[in-house]
Amino acid sequence: MSGGTRLENANPLIFERSGERLLTVADEDEDVADPIDDREIFDLIRSINDPEHPLSLEELNVVEQMRVNVNDEESTVSVEFTPTIPHCSMATLIGLSLKVKLLRSLPDRFKIDVHITPGTHASEDAVNKQLADKERVAAALENSQLLEVVNQCLSTRSM
Amino acid sequence: MKGALELLQRVSAHADACCWYVAWNPAGTLLASCGGDRAIRIWGKEGDSWECKCVLADGHQRTVRKVAWSPCGKYLASASFDATTCIWKKTDDDFESLTVLEGHENEVKCVAWAPSGNLLATCSRDKSVWIWEVDEEDEYECVSVVNSHTQDVKHVVWHPTQELLASASYDNKVCIYKEEDDDWECRATLEGHESTVWSLAFDPEGRRLASCSDDRTVKIWKESTAGDGSTDESWKCVCTLSGFHGRTVYDVAWCRLTGALATACGDDGVRVFREDPTADSEQPVFFMSAHVPKAHGQDVNCVSWNPKEAGLLATCSDNGEFAIWKYSSDS
Repeated sequence: MSGGTRLENANPLIFERSGERLLTVADEDEDVADPIDDREIFDLIRSINDPEHPLSLEELNVVEQMRVNVNDEESTVSVEFTPTIPHCSMATLIGLSLKVKLLRSLPDRFKIDVHITPGTHASEDAVNKQLADKERVAAALENSQLLEVVNQCLSTRSM
Repeated sequence: MKGALELLQRVSAHADACCWYVAWNPAGTLLASCGGDRAIRIWGKEGDSWECKCVLADGHQRTVRKVAWSPCGKYLASASFDATTCIWKKTDDDFESLTVLEGHENEVKCVAWAPSGNLLATCSRDKSVWIWEVDEEDEYECVSVVNSHTQDVKHVVWHPTQELLASASYDNKVCIYKEEDDDWECRATLEGHESTVWSLAFDPEGRRLASCSDDRTVKIWKESTAGDGSTDESWKCVCTLSGFHGRTVYDVAWCRLTGALATACGDDGVRVFREDPTADSEQPVFFMSAHVPKAHGQDVNCVSWNPKEAGLLATCSDNGEFAIWKYSSDS
């Protein structure tokens, strides 16, 4: 999508992926309902592709498990994401991809909040406000070109 | 004045999509709903239950965000994310598309008919408010485009008796418009909300305006005129209802028959507020009379009082449902 133009962040720092989740006895027990926890949400979002680089959001440290907060009982999820540079123009698109992934994966009862890690982006208030406005998000996703770009970020590659 | 909200019926109106808005016709006999499935549905009562009377499916290419009935009840206007506003004319048992109003650059967020029936207002993410005139031959003409907001305009509402319009915006402000020399202009800007203002409602006499916001409050505004009779119009916030709503308040409705104030909230709840009759009218006091915490399984987008039957309330939600409630209080 950025075609032949220069990448904004040509040499990003790459982080190591965390390993697979270790299953406990309770996890394997069919009779016990598993509450949705931080790790489960993180597993949903870690492999989302960055729009510019052939890397995942986890590898770029845009998302980290410690910045995910789930409260299954209250049906709330909060995800903080850190753009790689403070003037990243892809911040809204990354936020939208995170939001869409969670909207498509979680039960309808969940209230999903996606925002920028405070202090890490020049326009964080403006970006956060757009991401929090469900009418704006719904209208944006009716734009087929934008939806295509989001779907590309969400398309799975080999893990 | 403790009250209660009793659920009468729940209807799955828009399958696999959000139900964004519901509106009663002026006679209170029909309910129009619209949603993310791009359709408008008209519901009427058959015996004890609400049934779908007709479906208006081909009017829009994208989400239908709001619908509004004309004061005479013969026309329906629909505002869509496809940047158009469609005007429908009611025939015996159906609706036909009369005309499509174009002009906004992007999503139309709201459409409202003036009480006279001759004027229509629309607003959009393009930050503008358009005023349209209707003549006797059902011809629509845009007479004013007003750009007073700096962001997405979410809602427009007409005063119940005067030719006065109010708009609510993503820029956290409310604007009041009046006609001056054949042109509509912004006469007052109401500041105070700390985030997007989603909806507005005038009280039955049109003396006060209620606004609801993403800042989780509802504000009541009153026009204060200078004592010397000058036309300096300023609206002051005379009451703020805070601490009641857990998330964004998406809609507010002021009942013409009882004066009760209902709200639709992103915490899935529906609330009804009543005014304390002993309080000073310059400093009104509202208290919460009824609250249904999980009125729907998802966000409540709209709340609408039936114009003829006191206490009858319709609400709708992101889960595609609408619900009919009976509000009663022991006052």
